Amino acid sequence: MAEQILLKNIDVPGLASFEVYRKLGGYSSVEKVLKDFTPDQVTSEVTKSGLRGRGGAGFPAGMKWGFIDKKTNNPRYFVCNFDESEPGTFKDRHIGQLNPHQLIEGMILGSYALGARNSYIYIRGELFYVLRIVEKAIEEAYKNGFLGENIKGSGYSLDLYCQPGAGAYICGEETALLESLEGKRGNPRIKPPFPAVVGLYGCPTVVNNVETIAALPWIINNGGEAYSAIGIGNSKGTKLISACGHINKPGIYEIELGLPVEEFIYSDKYCGGIRYGHELKAVVAGGSSVPILPASLILKTATGEPRLMSYESLSEGGFVSGTMLGSGGFIVMDETTCIVKNLLTFAKFYHHESCGQCSPCREGTGWMEKILHRIESGHGTMKDIDLLVNISKHIEGNTICPLGDAAAWPVASAIRHFREEFEDHVKLQKCPF
Amino acid sequence: MPENLNIEFNRETLDLVNKIIKRYPEGRQKSALLPVLHIAQAENQGWLSSETMEYVAYLLDIQPIEVFEVASFYSMFNLQPVGNCVIEVCQTGPCMLKGSEEILVHFENRLGIKSGETSADGKFTIKTVECLAACGNAPVIQVGTEYHENLTTQKADDLLEKWQAENKNSHTNPYL
Ligand SMILES: Cc1cc2nc3c(=O)[nH]c(=O)nc-3n(C[C@H](O)[C@H](O)[C@H](O)COP(=O)(O)O)c2cc1C
Ligand code: SF4
Ligand code: FES
Repeated sequence: MAEQILLKNIDVPGLASFEVYRKLGGYSSVEKVLKDFTPDQVTSEVTKSGLRGRGGAGFPAGMKWGFIDKKTNNPRYFVCNFDESEPGTFKDRHIGQLNPHQLIEGMILGSYALGARNSYIYIRGELFYVLRIVEKAIEEAYKNGFLGENIKGSGYSLDLYCQPGAGAYICGEETALLESLEGKRGNPRIKPPFPAVVGLYGCPTVVNNVETIAALPWIINNGGEAYSAIGIGNSKGTKLISACGHINKPGIYEIELGLPVEEFIYSDKYCGGIRYGHELKAVVAGGSSVPILPASLILKTATGEPRLMSYESLSEGGFVSGTMLGSGGFIVMDETTCIVKNLLTFAKFYHHESCGQCSPCREGTGWMEKILHRIESGHGTMKDIDLLVNISKHIEGNTICPLGDAAAWPVASAIRHFREEFEDHVKLQKCPF
Repeated sequence: MPENLNIEFNRETLDLVNKIIKRYPEGRQKSALLPVLHIAQAENQGWLSSETMEYVAYLLDIQPIEVFEVASFYSMFNLQPVGNCVIEVCQTGPCMLKGSEEILVHFENRLGIKSGETSADGKFTIKTVECLAACGNAPVIQVGTEYHENLTTQKADDLLEKWQAENKNSHTNPYL
C-alpha cells in the first residue's frame, strides 16, 4: 500500500482524543510553524507540494492561498468545506469522525498562513453527530493551548468553530457555503469577485475541502517536496477514494495518485472485484457529477493505455471518452444495473438541489427528470432521448454555478455511452431490467 | 420579547444560543440562524411553526421574514408538523444500487403510510432524502442525528420494534 498520509493511524483506538493523537506526533507541525515559519513560508511549502483541492475541482491549494490580499486591513477567513454531499462521496465524514484532530491541526496551519483570526468548519447538517465529535476535539485543542489566545506563546491567536448546514447540496459550492454561513439561503454568488477577494462578510476568504486541509500537517512535517515526490504528473500525493456500489469491499481507500484503475477495482487491497463474480458494467469515477464511463473506457483509455487514478489520466479523452477524478466518489455498477434508472435518481437529485436562481438549471433539471421518468417507466419515445441531449447542452455553461454542468454531464455521458439501453426502454415500452 | 409569543427556551438552551451568537463578528448574529433553527425545531417537536420562527427572529434581532426565507430553503427544516420519530430514507443512486427502494417500501408497508406522510397515531413520519454521505454502507437511513447503515428489511423490523417499544422521539437538541 502506498504512503498513508490521511489514514495511517485511522485504526488506532481513541485516535479522536487529543491524548492519543498527540502521542502519535499530532500538532507537531503547528509547533514547527509557529517557531520557524512565516505565514508566507507555509504557503510556499504548500505550493511546492503541488497539493490540489480535494473537494472536486482540483485547484492548486497554494495558488489559491496566494490570491489572498494581505495588505488590506480587513479580517481574513479560512473556511473548511465539510458539506460532503456529492453522491458517492463519503471520505470527509471518515476523517471528521475518526481523526478530527488532524483536520483541526490543518485548520491551524491554513489559518496561520492566511492570517485568519476566526475560522469555521461548515459541516452538512445531517452529520450533526460528527459535528459533536469535531466540537469536542476543538475543545480539547483549546484546553491544550493549540487554539485561543496566543497559541503556545507565539503571539498568534485563533478561534475555530463548527457551523452546521441544514440539508442543501448546493451549500457545498463555495460561494453558496459562504452565504449559508452568513445565515442566508444557499444561493451561489456570481464570480468574480472570487472569495479570495470578497468572501465571508465581504472579506478575503479561502475555502478548502476537509481532505485538502487534513493533508497539511504531513506536508509541513515532511516538506512540500516530499509530498510532490508521491503521485504522478500533476497529480501529487495521495487521494482518498470512497468506493461504493457493486464491489466486494465498499469503503474508503487512500491511494497514491497514479494507481491503475484496474488494480483499484480488482485487487483485494482495494475494492476486491465485482460482487457475485459479476461483470463490471460502468463506473462513475468522481462523484455523481462526472461523466459515466462503460467498463471498456474506465479500464483503458480510448487509445488503449491503462487508465490511472489521476486527474490527467481520468480526464484523458475529454468528455468524448474520458471523465474526471472529481471528489473521488467511485460508484461501481455491475451488469444487473439499469443505467436509465440510476441516471433518473441523479436527475431527481439535481432537480431537488437546484437553488433555482438560473432558469436553465431550475427548469432544465426538472424537465430532464420528467423525461427520464417517462423513459424508465416505458412511456418514452425516441425523440425523448434526443431531447434530453438537447436540454443538457442548453444547461451546460449557461448557469451561475457549476451545478448546472453537474446535472448535464451525467445525462449527456449516459446517452453517449449507453444509447442502446435508452432505446431498448422505448422499444420494449418498459425497463428491460 | 413580542407579547403574542407563548414560547421561550429554558435557561440552558438560551445559554447555548448565546454561546453560538458569540462565534461571529459583532453585528453578524444572523450567522447563527441555521444552528438556532436546528435547536428551535428540536424544541418544537420537530417542526418550525410561524411562532417558533418569530421567536428565533426575536432572539437574533432579525425580521421574521428573513427566518422564513431561510427555513423554507433547507430540506432539514420542516414547516409542517411531523411524527415523533422521523425516518429519513436515502434514495440516491448508490443507495438505490444496493436496494434502498425495497427498504422504503418495507417501511411504508409496515407503517401503512407513504413517504411524506405521518402515521395516524402521530408516532412516525417517513421522508425520502438525498445522499447522506455514507454510500459505502448503503442502504442508509437517518433518524434524528443517528445513522443506520447496511440496512436490511430484517434490521428495519428490529429498529421499528425498538422504536415502538421506547416511544422513540427523534427530535432532540442536536448539540447535546
Ligand atoms: C454544486 C457543488 C457542490 C459542491 N460540493 C462540495 C462539497 O460537498 N465539498 C467540497 O469540499 N467541495 C464541494 N464543491 C467544490 C467547492 O465549490 C470548492 O471548489 C471546494 O470547496 C474548494 O476546496 P478545495 O480546493 O480544497 O477542493 C462543490 C461545488 C459545486 C459546484
Ligand atoms: S446553476 Fe443551478 S444551483 Fe447553480 S446558481 Fe444556477 S440555479 Fe442555482
Ligand atoms: S446514496 Fe445513500 S448515502 Fe449516499
